[in-house]
Amino acid sequence: MKINLQVWRQKNSNTAGKMVEYKLDNISPDMSFLEMFDVLNVELMHKGEEPVAFDHDCREGICGMCSMYINGRAHGPQTGATTCQLHMRSFSDGDTIVVEPWRARAFPVIKDLVVDRTAFDRVVQAGGYVSVNTGSAPDANEIAISREIAEEAMDAAQCIGCGACVAACKNASAMLFVAAKVSHLAVLPQGKPEHLARAEKMVAQMDEEGFGACSFTGACSVECPKSISLDHIARLNREYLGAKLTSTNV
Amino acid sequence: MKLESKIPEGPLAEKWARHKFGLKLVNPANKRKYEIIVVGTGLAGASAAASLAELGYNVKAFCFQDSPRRAHSIAAQGGINAAKNYQNDGDSVYRLFYDTVKGGDYRAREANVHRLAEVSVNIIDQCVAQGVPFAREYGGLLSNRSFGGAQVSRTFYARGQTGQQLLLGAYSALSRQVATGKVKLYTRSEMLDLVVEGGKARGIITRNLVTGKIESHSGHAVLLCTGGYGNVFYLSTNAMGSNVTAAWRAHKKGALFGNPCFTQIHPTCIPVKGNYQSKLTLMSESLRNDGRVWVPKTVEMAEKVRKGQLKPSAIKEEDRDYFLERRYPSFGNLVPRDVASRNAKYVCDENRGVASTGLAVFLDFADAIKRDGKKTIEAKYGNLFEMYEKITDDNPYETPMMIYPAVHYTMGGLWVDYNLMTTVPGCYALGEANFSDHGANRLGASALMQGLADGYFVIPYTIGDYLATIGPSDKLPADHPAFKQAEAAVNDQIKHLMSLKGKKTAEEIHRELGLIMWDYCGMSRNAEGLKKAKGLIQELRKEFWSNIRITGDADELNQALELAGRVADFIELGALMVDDALNREESCGGHFREEFQTEDGEAQRDDANFAYVAAWEYKGENQPEVLHKEELVFENVKLTQRSYK
Repeated sequence: MKINLQVWRQKNSNTAGKMVEYKLDNISPDMSFLEMFDVLNVELMHKGEEPVAFDHDCREGICGMCSMYINGRAHGPQTGATTCQLHMRSFSDGDTIVVEPWRARAFPVIKDLVVDRTAFDRVVQAGGYVSVNTGSAPDANEIAISREIAEEAMDAAQCIGCGACVAACKNASAMLFVAAKVSHLAVLPQGKPEHLARAEKMVAQMDEEGFGACSFTGACSVECPKSISLDHIARLNREYLGAKLTSTNV
Repeated sequence: MKLESKIPEGPLAEKWARHKFGLKLVNPANKRKYEIIVVGTGLAGASAAASLAELGYNVKAFCFQDSPRRAHSIAAQGGINAAKNYQNDGDSVYRLFYDTVKGGDYRAREANVHRLAEVSVNIIDQCVAQGVPFAREYGGLLSNRSFGGAQVSRTFYARGQTGQQLLLGAYSALSRQVATGKVKLYTRSEMLDLVVEGGKARGIITRNLVTGKIESHSGHAVLLCTGGYGNVFYLSTNAMGSNVTAAWRAHKKGALFGNPCFTQIHPTCIPVKGNYQSKLTLMSESLRNDGRVWVPKTVEMAEKVRKGQLKPSAIKEEDRDYFLERRYPSFGNLVPRDVASRNAKYVCDENRGVASTGLAVFLDFADAIKRDGKKTIEAKYGNLFEMYEKITDDNPYETPMMIYPAVHYTMGGLWVDYNLMTTVPGCYALGEANFSDHGANRLGASALMQGLADGYFVIPYTIGDYLATIGPSDKLPADHPAFKQAEAAVNDQIKHLMSLKGKKTAEEIHRELGLIMWDYCGMSRNAEGLKKAKGLIQELRKEFWSNIRITGDADELNQALELAGRVADFIELGALMVDDALNREESCGGHFREEFQTEDGEAQRDDANFAYVAAWEYKGENQPEVLHKEELVFENVKLTQRSYK
């Protein structure tokens, strides 16, 4: 296949970036999208140019590291998949493909297609956990949890923290990410004791990081590689409202 | 150097309890006076960092990824073992211990493995308390499955994403400690050296991967939780960033490397397709519970399949060779990983492999779908089938999957004593980074167990003994000459790499190294091939240090530079693996030496001469490493030929 790539190049967070065009031939349809970038980078290095920096690690759709905005869509044209799970057979010979980094104020560009997503870590640090020290847990079967609840928690818990929801949102809102964590712990009995404070603190941190508001367009859920449902945002809203009504913090 | 394993005296089942009682404690008020460096934030690192911070120690945690949540533990699919015996099927701590020692082909320490089996039950409790959504039965209690050839159901799982959920549990505990200020987190930071002074580990040198800045971090102890080195083969199921650099540089500073040649080749991976391939994807081993492995009986038929002239579904039952079921009637498709992998290689060597490359075997669900219905199979494996289809464009409900073995895990690693301390006092190795619990072959669902056992339930006890001995004042300032010297050496290496301006990228050399390792030090090995590999690696090393090309600058994000440093270490490790494989003149577990096999082609151990851990000591640039032996003593388990017939 022949591919015409338009890629965002930016030296670092202090310099302006621009789109740069690269032409590739000899691309196999069985290549993954990131392998196509590997090929490009080897070519660039052989020419003495700097390779395109991009985040990637597991290359099997679970670590959440890869993060390309492809032809105007987070993780490209496939749904329910990350960039590393996208293959060139999803494109046609001669296609022009535009590749940008995640765009959000809370995700500043570090270089080329690499952005800083540590805001997500700080949101989790604000309350995305059950406060239990190592060694103090009761027997695992002491609390029965119905299969439905366990499955619902798992639906939310499988968020990979990639940030596609933020990139897809016109407001760069992190509601789906925060909702997934709040929801995962809110439905489980282990998470109940802290559920109100958790919602309140995580939302406060989300706002502080500069993520936008949620206008419920649903783009996040469509682009989410794990197809996390909007229901969790509804639950987050309920948790947050409950927290606010009884809060002594604010 | 004398290796002291520090295995406690007494009956097996009492060793750990007695040892814990004998360990010195650090007074709660004194814990805050200690600083502990944890490198790596996977299951071992995150659980250790969180647990130590909960105890009151100050922790600095480092990872090269952008977030601790991305460590490669996240990719583990199948499950985690624990001797809970919730299923009333005869499991016990002793049985888990026994299975693990046997599965490791009697090359692991009894005492370590028994401790692992003991604490396995606490791990499940801890994870459930954190909110890990394990699979449950309708009654609300935890569900188990049989996994990786075990004859009891002791594996806990969260769909096909068990590693992810366990890691997110440990990450949440870690995040909670970051919020309290007890853990300071350094992401996008790579450890490039261990600082040793006065015979003790004093801290580490890191490179900030965003700014390129070389930094010194001082601590009372250093924990290396940096995972395995499967990427020495270039193609593996490891993440692209997984590397040996932290462990290797500690090795060069005095930490002995144990059993480097013990690598695990996992039987159920998606086969290699083209020369552009960057990594291999594992399909969970649980697929072997229902899938049947086969190839065509004849070479002619296999040839037609390879050319696309014959569809697998058109091959009659009597023309198929279900080779695992045929050779191992009692375990069938559930034989351990090393056995399954080797047999796949044999049939492909006989030219009966499928796929265009001839390097694949079928994993067929047609019978299972007929027996249980598509719905049941979909509920069990739906996400795996989807993943397979995404990558290969084939629908496994309609046509059999194709699989081939791939490098997956490394049982070898830094040598540690019973306290998980390396031969450098104050430097510990946890999880896959150490050599200790899996012998020559790891059983399925045991890696997650070991990572979390080390981090949650072993190191919090054993580290206190060392810290109480040295005292809070025994720490160097980060501007001590020992740090400055180590920084200078790291800077020199980076400068040297940047100055080479040769013709090849590090990735190209890495691929070449991978091929050498796979061909001569992979699924089966022989003396001739290993000797050849030695020469090839030497040449490759020379080429690397004269012909590498890195563009960009060292004082900014430079992924090519990161990779070059890692490949340099992989090349040196590869040479040691070959030496270790040559030295071990027996076949055991994942290490199959063709010269040493039984009449029917099974691995032939030599317990009289090789029941030891090979621990290698670095002696300097271009010097041969020196072998030290830790004899393995089996007081409880009788060594037998592993039989899965």
